[in-house]
Amino acid sequence: MSQKVIQVTDLGKQYRLGQVGTTTISDDLKRFWYKIKGKDDPFLKIGEENDRTKKGSSDYVWALKDISFDVNQGDVLGIVGKNGAGKSTLLKILSRTTAPTLGEYKIKGRVASLLEVGTGFHPDLTGRENVFLNGAILGMTKAEIKDSFDEILDFSGVEKYIDTPVKRYSSGMYVRLAFAVAAHLKPEILIVDEVLSVGDQEFQEKCLGKMRSVSESGRTVLFVSHNLLAVKQLCTKGIYLKNGKLLKTGTTRDIVEEYLNDDKQLKSDGTIPDDFYREFGTGEAFFRKIVLTDMNDNSLTRFAFNQPFKLKLYLEALKQIKDVTININITTSLGEPIIFSVDSKDSKYLSHTFEEGMHEVDVMFNFKLLPNNYRVTIGVHYFKDGITIDWLENIYQFKIDKVSYNTNEDYPWDTIHGYIEPESIWSYKRI
Amino acid sequence: MSTKNQSNQEWDIIVKPKSSSLHLNLREVWAYKDLIALMVKRDITSVYKQTLLGPLWMFIQPIFITIIYTFTFSSSAGLSTDGIPPILFYLIGQTFWVYFSDCLTKTSNTFISNASVFGKVYFPRLVMPFSVIISGLVKLGLQISLLAVVYLFYYFKTDQVQPQFAYFILLPLFIIIMGVFSLSLGIIFSSFTTKYRDFTFLLGFAIQLLMFLSFVTFPASMFSPLNQTILMCNPIASSMEAIKFILTGHGVFSVYFIIMAIITTMVLFFFSIIIFNKTEKSFMDTV
Repeated sequence: MSQKVIQVTDLGKQYRLGQVGTTTISDDLKRFWYKIKGKDDPFLKIGEENDRTKKGSSDYVWALKDISFDVNQGDVLGIVGKNGAGKSTLLKILSRTTAPTLGEYKIKGRVASLLEVGTGFHPDLTGRENVFLNGAILGMTKAEIKDSFDEILDFSGVEKYIDTPVKRYSSGMYVRLAFAVAAHLKPEILIVDEVLSVGDQEFQEKCLGKMRSVSESGRTVLFVSHNLLAVKQLCTKGIYLKNGKLLKTGTTRDIVEEYLNDDKQLKSDGTIPDDFYREFGTGEAFFRKIVLTDMNDNSLTRFAFNQPFKLKLYLEALKQIKDVTININITTSLGEPIIFSVDSKDSKYLSHTFEEGMHEVDVMFNFKLLPNNYRVTIGVHYFKDGITIDWLENIYQFKIDKVSYNTNEDYPWDTIHGYIEPESIWSYKRI
Repeated sequence: MSTKNQSNQEWDIIVKPKSSSLHLNLREVWAYKDLIALMVKRDITSVYKQTLLGPLWMFIQPIFITIIYTFTFSSSAGLSTDGIPPILFYLIGQTFWVYFSDCLTKTSNTFISNASVFGKVYFPRLVMPFSVIISGLVKLGLQISLLAVVYLFYYFKTDQVQPQFAYFILLPLFIIIMGVFSLSLGIIFSSFTTKYRDFTFLLGFAIQLLMFLSFVTFPASMFSPLNQTILMCNPIASSMEAIKFILTGHGVFSVYFIIMAIITTMVLFFFSIIIFNKTEKSFMDTV
């Protein structure tokens, strides 16, 4: 059994909403007065659950409440949750940039937090000077930086510019240099926020690769990301935060599934509730209903192997929307897209104009899915610039069974490799 | 995996909402001494990047201000300089005053100007004000060399300068008093300004006012003994007068005032540490 390196107990963080002004000073005075009288802070008793979609009545909100979990040495812990679920607040508290309001946590070992690359870079200083400064801010000693300076330089690939002020750098060079410093930290616990995943593909790969090598060397990593694939690939354990509460801890797979399952509350006939929360979209049109049906228009969430199915969408346009395209993604249960479909004819993508009102869109596919769980993501966008009108991620789930539609064509094996079975022609010849 | 198996000693960091207010974690600051050194280097080198004269500006500034003061306060207004040659009088005042006021202004910005760094990485927050004071000291050291040149000129040229050699050993004490006093005031201001920015405006007035109460532009001997005693409650005023006395033999030098200055500074310092400890942990939420 590996050793516990982080122990979090009943952690809570309360924030005050609104601006700092006269009310804050009266609250401060009240708090001070209670303290003199030896009572508890009166504002800790109030405060609402952190749900940003509803306007609350209280000025205080709990960004995190009652969070308890342990991390063992060598764990790579993925923290998932929607925007505003408290992920970054948790990382901020664990990296000691802000203190908790309630509860406590204990850490064993040196912690380095990468909530941003290039923290403390001074534009007027040269690359070389900034490497030392940034390294020292991240907790390295001068000797350690000196030892790994050549490696850092090599990794960053900006050797030619190392004695030029960083304000003359391109943003790419800046990020590369900054990340090179961070990559050569040698902490026992590394805390990484998703901001790292902004750069280009190569940069992201580098970040992930670095984190992988950190965890392989037996160190502990805490990782926040919306990129579920990265979470799944890297992390051994996960915790799922929702509205500031800890919903679930467990293996990464469980957590990611739970995260994707949650909150997609369709009515049983596939109707999307009116108050369904949309992350983005222009609001000119809304999907109202989504169902998968068999050929007799029975809506189903479970299909037999080989059974043909249709997708039926109801789209309500609040005004005329011209030149738009609906796209459909079928993803695995973990959210990896495997099928992308838009209206097309003769290899040419088509756009469509919807008049104001309700429209029904039926889509027939010609492919065979292997037995597994799947999800559907639907979106409607403008054809030319891709601006999203409405978009619902992983909105519909369905399952393909091993048992076949035609009784004698069941899927015969235990293991399932892949998701799609193409039509294929095989020929055999002895040579 | 039960908690009881691991005693508290095994943990390196334990964070709770509240901890001791007076705890000044100097060992942790010491662990970051390289960062302090680099910050000092950054403070000094980055200011003069992209200038032609570079660090020469450190000497040009006091020369110009001394000339201006000599014209306005001495030649035009005819204020006394206590028998010290006016140029030397103002240069002494200017050199030490700028050290104090620079340190104060910069430390008072600790939280606000470093918010972007503090919000992303943890290191002992005291590193920042400490590095400001140290870079102030380095700058003071360089400016003292200018002062030394002017001083030696007057020492050999006139008999108005009567150094009190026996007391020269006390000079570092006054530099420390001024440094600690500015650090304490700066920390207090920086702690208050994280939530209520009103204090930044207040500090602007306070520094200007304090300059006139610190005998930078006129000597203490202009005042009645009672008023002198009141004004000497300000550690900067008593340090300034003592420095002038040690260097030139003109000025108010009293053991009583010096002890008072030390006590005032110490009290303020402890007070500032309490406030700083309270602020540093969660200022990110209000800044």
